[in-house]
Amino acid sequence: MPEAAANAPMTETDHGVAQRRTVGAFLRRLYALTRKEVRQLLRDKSNLSIGLLLPVILMLIFGYGLSLDVRNAPVAVVMEDASPAAMDAISALQLSPYFSPVLVRSMHEANDKMLSREVDAVVRVPSDFSSALAAGQGRLQVIVHGAEASRASIILNYATSALLQQGVRLQDRSGGASGDGIGQVQVDSRLWFNAANTSTWYLVPGLIVLIMTLTGAFLTALVMAREWERGTFEALFVSPVKPVEILLAKIIPYFGVGIIGLTMCLTTARFLFGVPMEGSLLLLLFASVLYLFVALGIGLLISSVTRNQFMASQISLLVSLLPVFMLSGFMFDLRNVPFVINVIGHLFPATHFMALIKTLMLAGNIWPQIILECSILTAYAVLFIGLARLVTRKRLD
Amino acid sequence: MSDAHAVVGRHLHKRFLDKESGRTIHALKDINLDIPAGSITAFVGPDGAGKTTLIRMMAGLLRCEEGELQVLGLDVARHPQQIQDRISYMPQRFGLYEDLSVQENLDLYADLHGVPPEARGQRYQRLMEMTGLARFTDRPAGKLSGGMKQKLGLACTLVRSPELLLLDEPTVGVDPLSRVELWEIVEQLRRDEHLTVIISTAYLDEAERCSRVYVMHEGEILAEGAPEALSAHARDRCFMAVTHSAEPARALQARLLDACELVVDAVPQGGHVRFIVANPDSQHDPRLRSLLGDAEVQAMTPRLEDGFMVLMRRRLQHMGHSHEASLAAAAMSAEESTPQASADATREVMIEVRDLVRRFGDFVAVNSTSFAVQRGEIFGLLGPNGAGKTTTFRMLCGLLPASSGFLQVAGVNLRTARADARRRIGYVSQKFSLYGNLSVMENLEFFGGAYGLRGKRLRRRIDTVMEQFELGGLERTPSGHLPGGFKQRLAMAVGLLHEPDILFLDEPTSGTDPLARREFWRRITALADTGVTIIITTHFLDEAEYCDRIVIQDAGELKALGTPREVWVQAGHRADSFLNMERAFIDIVNQGRHPKTANTGAVIATGEVLHA
Amino acid sequence: MLNKIFRILTLCRKEMLAILKDPSSRIVLIMPVFLQSLLFGYAATYDLTNAPYAVLDQSRSGASVELLSMLDGTGVFHRVATLENEQQIQDVIDNGEALLVLQFGPDFERNLYAGQAAPLQVILDARNSNSAGSAAADVGAIVASFNQQWRQSQGGSAPALTIETRAWYNPNLETRWFIMPSMIASLAFLQTVMLTALSVAREREQGTFDQLLVTPMSPSEIMVGKAVPPIMIGLVQSTLVMLVTRFWFEVPMAGALLTLYLGLLFFMVSSVGVGLVISALSANMQQAMLYAFMLMMPLMLLSGLATPVRNMPEPIQILTYANPLRFAIDLIQRVYLEGVSIFAVWHDLVPLTVIALITMPWAAWLFRHRLV
Repeated sequence: MPEAAANAPMTETDHGVAQRRTVGAFLRRLYALTRKEVRQLLRDKSNLSIGLLLPVILMLIFGYGLSLDVRNAPVAVVMEDASPAAMDAISALQLSPYFSPVLVRSMHEANDKMLSREVDAVVRVPSDFSSALAAGQGRLQVIVHGAEASRASIILNYATSALLQQGVRLQDRSGGASGDGIGQVQVDSRLWFNAANTSTWYLVPGLIVLIMTLTGAFLTALVMAREWERGTFEALFVSPVKPVEILLAKIIPYFGVGIIGLTMCLTTARFLFGVPMEGSLLLLLFASVLYLFVALGIGLLISSVTRNQFMASQISLLVSLLPVFMLSGFMFDLRNVPFVINVIGHLFPATHFMALIKTLMLAGNIWPQIILECSILTAYAVLFIGLARLVTRKRLD
Repeated sequence: MSDAHAVVGRHLHKRFLDKESGRTIHALKDINLDIPAGSITAFVGPDGAGKTTLIRMMAGLLRCEEGELQVLGLDVARHPQQIQDRISYMPQRFGLYEDLSVQENLDLYADLHGVPPEARGQRYQRLMEMTGLARFTDRPAGKLSGGMKQKLGLACTLVRSPELLLLDEPTVGVDPLSRVELWEIVEQLRRDEHLTVIISTAYLDEAERCSRVYVMHEGEILAEGAPEALSAHARDRCFMAVTHSAEPARALQARLLDACELVVDAVPQGGHVRFIVANPDSQHDPRLRSLLGDAEVQAMTPRLEDGFMVLMRRRLQHMGHSHEASLAAAAMSAEESTPQASADATREVMIEVRDLVRRFGDFVAVNSTSFAVQRGEIFGLLGPNGAGKTTTFRMLCGLLPASSGFLQVAGVNLRTARADARRRIGYVSQKFSLYGNLSVMENLEFFGGAYGLRGKRLRRRIDTVMEQFELGGLERTPSGHLPGGFKQRLAMAVGLLHEPDILFLDEPTSGTDPLARREFWRRITALADTGVTIIITTHFLDEAEYCDRIVIQDAGELKALGTPREVWVQAGHRADSFLNMERAFIDIVNQGRHPKTANTGAVIATGEVLHA
Repeated sequence: MLNKIFRILTLCRKEMLAILKDPSSRIVLIMPVFLQSLLFGYAATYDLTNAPYAVLDQSRSGASVELLSMLDGTGVFHRVATLENEQQIQDVIDNGEALLVLQFGPDFERNLYAGQAAPLQVILDARNSNSAGSAAADVGAIVASFNQQWRQSQGGSAPALTIETRAWYNPNLETRWFIMPSMIASLAFLQTVMLTALSVAREREQGTFDQLLVTPMSPSEIMVGKAVPPIMIGLVQSTLVMLVTRFWFEVPMAGALLTLYLGLLFFMVSSVGVGLVISALSANMQQAMLYAFMLMMPLMLLSGLATPVRNMPEPIQILTYANPLRFAIDLIQRVYLEGVSIFAVWHDLVPLTVIALITMPWAAWLFRHRLV
């Protein structure tokens, strides 16, 4: 019985040797367990496709498929008055990059086009437009289809200001003197951090958060629960394996998958979609690693508590993926939500990582924010992984 | 700390809270144990006896709240990890990593237990020999047959030599050949390395090889001692009825078993019937004499199984619910349903198989197999693990298409036949496969409906099977929460609900204790008497004697076919010798595997071997 | 025939029991839908409701003050800082304190009086390009009306042109009016597909599917029996979201309830078909779950829920023809907001029917032919 020596009093050197032996055994077991996890991961097509294929699909969808930007919105123009003044008035729409106007003969036809969603809006030039304009009472009607509200309001705003400016110009001209001595404010907008003003720039960094959450929380939530469900833990527990080793062996491969996902995202973001990298890449990697630990911790915690794949998947969807979509400022700006929802949103680690990654990619190294968000993420990582360790006991009851 | 004892338990209690009902289950009641180091100790007992709970507690997997449990001189409650470093444990359901190969599973456990690489070669070879897995090292564990998985689990547990080896029903579903090998390994480990082995088992012939046996029932220890001491409970009460009539032995056995006030137990053995009388005086009871007819009676030395049966019988009587009632219910099937084929004149062929082949890739699972089964026959499929029994079964039931060959069940091929043809068969699979979260009644109602029963007829059939399989009072229990024996009964009840002509049973008795097996077979023989054709696979070779005819398959090939006695002759024995199916099985399989060294295979010690 | 129906009913009953018996799975079916519909209702908004801004007013003039007061009057813009110099612009934008900064040059008012163009610099934080875009458009509109007022106050002619605006079906252009009806379809979609995907896979994993296959039930009966319960659960979930939409968020319903349910039924049948195919293809629950998830993410994203389908490139728009959710969202919006009849949405019903007609028989075939 070699282990009997463990009970004997130890000398200093014995202690050192024993310690080295324990570390050796720890590493050996960790290696064996990790190799097992990696093999399982590589053999299971469904796991791997979520880890590696889904990110690519999402990248492409977000890069090419999704856009909130209004460009060339079809607008029906009802010319009940075909005078040159009327043509002038609506020329603003033709010149604008936001619209592609279609001339229709009657309001009736325009209505039909709206109903079938062929056009997003209708601009109506009433039959008395030119005479009314001459009398200083020109009137134009803009009608939008309100179902897709955000798009509709952008169209409405663009159309109104384009038409109004044109109107002012027309008035100036008809008034004869180009300068009647009255100045006007001219808006000179500058968009910082997203000079191209494309939603891709802000969606793609958010996607990184989504993908890390997917591999971190969703996949790991399943792996641990699967072992409970299939009873593979019972034999494993009655061995020298320590709970820490089991957890680490689960973390390592999925950490790898997460990093691969991150690399793919960053590469496509930078080179395919031209998203800038204003801040330090190193910092970005550091923050991502931190967040990956948070996500892994959440996944492990969920599955250790539920011990059931179905419940684990539902809960991890509810507490990790959904918040990324809804509450992290990924698609919807948290500034616009009620206060309570805003507070809830900030309880989720994803929200902090989201802010951080957008800043690092689009704005640069803004230190106070980086330090704050990184410390919050670190705290979450320690909390979740610690809890997962506490919950994972080598016990069946 | 005592060196003499590997496990010491004092006043152990264990209570679980059943979440479903909110009741507390008292799983262990005041257990006291002293298991000497270097011994092999067995725990036997029916479902719910607390064997698994006790072993899990020793392994540090369950909290030990009341009483004191010391394993290897350490308190389990305080030092579970230190104990786990020094023991090996095989759970009842060994969770293999199904997507890892056989070799990778083995390597994983060898690595985790710190088996040095140089020590592995020999050990692996030995384990592969025992399990017969050498051909399959690269196969994913999930693609192994049920019995092979069990053997791989065993191999994973035995990769190293611990100080204490805990085995929880290690041989459920394992074929006799591998059991022989397993016991050799275990005994060698004990001899060479002085390790302590604790095993729970439903096989009393295995328990008989241990130095000490604990008989457990409902959380209590009924008896403990050396196997001989326990066998002594049946002293002077064991007899063999040697019959010479044409009637199958199982008919006499059934009659004896039904006479429960006189007979504790009866089993067909060697073409005759072995029985235990209720008390030594009963042997002269005239009622017994008339039951036995012209059979001559020989006194037998009691086996552990006999002692166990006597003990359990006594205990059940003491507790008020009796085995007799169960047997009566089991026998009821015969009286209840009217014989469907009273006209035996034309023995109708119910199942016909010719040159049946099934390949999985280039692996031939079943190779040119032919046989026919007649109405009312009990037809046994025997063979080592991975022989292709389950594959044959699945093809017969239409769950798997055959690669080639002819196949007819009740006159049709179930895979291509109209759905209604399936109403004629009942199927009880190897693994419990009813809806675990539905209650007993809901399962019965569902399957009844699926077979087109409804209204009054459904109610009547449900009432009948509930009574027949003694499921009364469990209507609302979720079937997944039933103890193993009840699950099996429910599965049978579902299989018979629609009164099929043919019943398929895949290893129905694996892991069940002798008591439950007696009831089970009483039901089967009663059913067969009503004209139901029964196809069954089993690993208990003594059960082959209940069958009218058997086939023995190995590696996909059909090796022997006929009545048990014909197979005994095919194995190369004299027709009039006392037949031993275990022996016949081993001989036939070994003949097939090593044609030159026939008859020199290992023989399992199954109590005494009697020569007529 | 009667036997067939009876067997199907038996299977439906069993499926319902299996799904609803466990209290935790009942919770999982109701709570997330409820929480999500509330959450989406509040959080999913593209409407600019709170735009913090900072001012660098180097002109310190009456005109700039007047313009700013118009901005404040909207209720959307809130001044969070008054800046002293240009360096501070960087700070307030960087730390996210302000979404935009308005910078009035030193001669802003002078230019106005001189009848010249007076530039107003608007610096926007476009990390969220949507908010930035809305803010820019809002500022533009406010400045336009300021210009008109200015003209009048300076004795210029009354505005020659006025623009009347109207938004159909959503007069205040609230995102919620768009999101919530879409949720009626999409929230139910998520769990219905997941539930269906698990149904056969679970039976295969637990071995009960073999027991089912040896009964006289035909694959098509099993298929129907497996499809009906998730369809019903999906309809219940939809109803739940609809109640939240109608009564909690008070989005008025223009269409007929019956039309809506008829459309939902078509949608549920086709999504359950998709779920059944996934289920029949998967060897175990884990695969079913992951494949279902993997399919649902793109389907949700490309349904018009996140961004309009018309904004997508042509090839992707074609792909969405295989997406039941795309048609369901269109259908429900039309019925719920526009109040059209079932005949006006036939072009949504056709693809849904086609999807169901392909997936359902495929799944039934797979039940017996896919060997796992």
